[in-house]
Amino acid sequence: MSGTDDLLVNIEGVTKYYRRGAELVHVLEDIWFQVRRGEFLALMGPSGSGKSTLLNLIGGLDRPSRGSIMVDGLRIDRLNERELAAWRARHVGFVFQLYNLMPVLTAERNVELPLLLTPLTRAQRKRHVAAALAAVGLLHRKKHFPRQLSGGEQQRVGIARAIVTDPTLLLCDEPTGDLDRRSGDEILDLLQLLNREHGKTIIMVTHDPHASARATRVVYLYKGQIVTEMPK
Amino acid sequence: MKFAPLVLSNLRRKRLRTALTLLSITVAFILFGYLAAIRVGLGAGVQVAGADRLFVRHRVSIAQPLPISYLDRIKRVPGVRAAIHQSWFGGIYQEAKNFFPQMAVDPEPFLDMYPEFVLPEEQKLAWLRTRNGAIVGRSTATRFGFKVGDHIPLQATIWRREDGGVMWDFEIVGIYDGADRGTDTSQFFFWYDYLEEGRAFGKGLVGWYVVKVDNPDRAAEVAKLIDDEFVNSSDEVKAETERAFISGWVNQIGDIGLIIRAILTAVFFTILLVAGNTIAQSVRERTQELGVLKALGFTNRQVLCLVFAESCMISCLGGFLGLGIALLLISAGDPTGGALPVFYVPVRDVVYGACISVGLGLVTGFFPALRAMRLEIAESLRQA
Repeated sequence: MSGTDDLLVNIEGVTKYYRRGAELVHVLEDIWFQVRRGEFLALMGPSGSGKSTLLNLIGGLDRPSRGSIMVDGLRIDRLNERELAAWRARHVGFVFQLYNLMPVLTAERNVELPLLLTPLTRAQRKRHVAAALAAVGLLHRKKHFPRQLSGGEQQRVGIARAIVTDPTLLLCDEPTGDLDRRSGDEILDLLQLLNREHGKTIIMVTHDPHASARATRVVYLYKGQIVTEMPK
Repeated sequence: MKFAPLVLSNLRRKRLRTALTLLSITVAFILFGYLAAIRVGLGAGVQVAGADRLFVRHRVSIAQPLPISYLDRIKRVPGVRAAIHQSWFGGIYQEAKNFFPQMAVDPEPFLDMYPEFVLPEEQKLAWLRTRNGAIVGRSTATRFGFKVGDHIPLQATIWRREDGGVMWDFEIVGIYDGADRGTDTSQFFFWYDYLEEGRAFGKGLVGWYVVKVDNPDRAAEVAKLIDDEFVNSSDEVKAETERAFISGWVNQIGDIGLIIRAILTAVFFTILLVAGNTIAQSVRERTQELGVLKALGFTNRQVLCLVFAESCMISCLGGFLGLGIALLLISAGDPTGGALPVFYVPVRDVVYGACISVGLGLVTGFFPALRAMRLEIAESLRQA
């Protein structure tokens, strides 16, 4: 029973293909795997292996061509656009390789974005934003615009935005891919802290073995299929 | 309201582009306001023309005078309640450019016929007892600084005096106001008897007649009876409603409404392209950011609304600013120095302007908003 309760992501027979003219391009082939609550999972594989597509499917940014994706007991592949958007807002935090902050908004406004979709008052939103920025050590830079921050700091703002709604699942797409080693290590430290201290379940796509070393489990993808699963 | 900072920050993204777009919309709406005021000015009288008043002129042309003897015959036509005559004077005050209309009338029946000219009772009595007395409308009095008691010399261009002179002296005994904003207060009225006694020729003639009918619904029928009364005479007449006459007079220089509509259509079509292109470009540049918003949980509909909010904010800001500036400029009065005696923007046109600015925002934002709504998240994020 506790095993079932621990299961957060359950992917069964997921296939994803795109239509390019008359041709079908298969990106993922019959993927089966599970992620347990509190895991820090690294998805590794060469370019074009389908890592980001799998991450997008788990995060409800895309839909599988076949198969089912269940997150926290909910079949997200069956939700309509509005339900899926609401589910993402409540349960998923995204961290992108290029940070993807709004350049015209300050750090605190960027972090506040997901909270605009909640019924929280302005004062409550402000408190949540301050807590998230404090968690990533950037409260003192809340009034700065992204262009006034270093790459590492921008990524920390990106993480604050991802955790501000206290999501069930944190999905990171190459979070250190655009950073130098030192900044990358700081980001990995932060993710590890969120996983260990706050129990956040993290799925991280990475090329970097140094980054995957921080994960509790690594899943390898090759040509759209899981080729090896190496519990750490 | 909580999305307002997001919308406003997007407008600040390319300040110069936003400012230029705003400026073009503002200029278009200043033009809109001005053209609305010009249309009102050119059509002055059409809106306030009495539905129960007929205008009777010489069938050949209004420039042809009619015998004053027609007055009693017109009064006897069934359905006619009252009739007055008016005669064009056409004098020059100091310089030819100082134009304002001057008409010789019989004061008492004239004031009864035109209740929209509001004259204080003591000034009315003063006019009735002053042979060379004249009343002038507020706008002309303000324009030239006329005051009650002033003597105004007018140089005749038509009515030479019996002594061969061309200068006529008038004493301002009253200044009338309009009962409403659309009333023309640029005219100058004086005693017909003063003209009749002093002029060297044209005695016994008047310019035209104005007739009040018992029943406005029968105005066309009464007009026909008046026409028939003088058929086959040396001076046949043409009777028509005052509104039809004024409209015909204004349209001698073309269909003003059509001309103004054509100009505005061209202006707004151009603005549509300019603003539409700006919004479309702005959305194209933000494909990835819109994808991020959707990834964070914004629905397609919310993204659609955000883009519409942006386009509407630009067009409404520009539109309201333009209308405001136009109203401010127009409140300074007729820029032609007399050709547009009534010059203001009716409330109805301000409301039209406001609706057009909202409509402009919706139309310019339509395709970009649709594109933003249809963006596939995964696809837009790949454009990083």
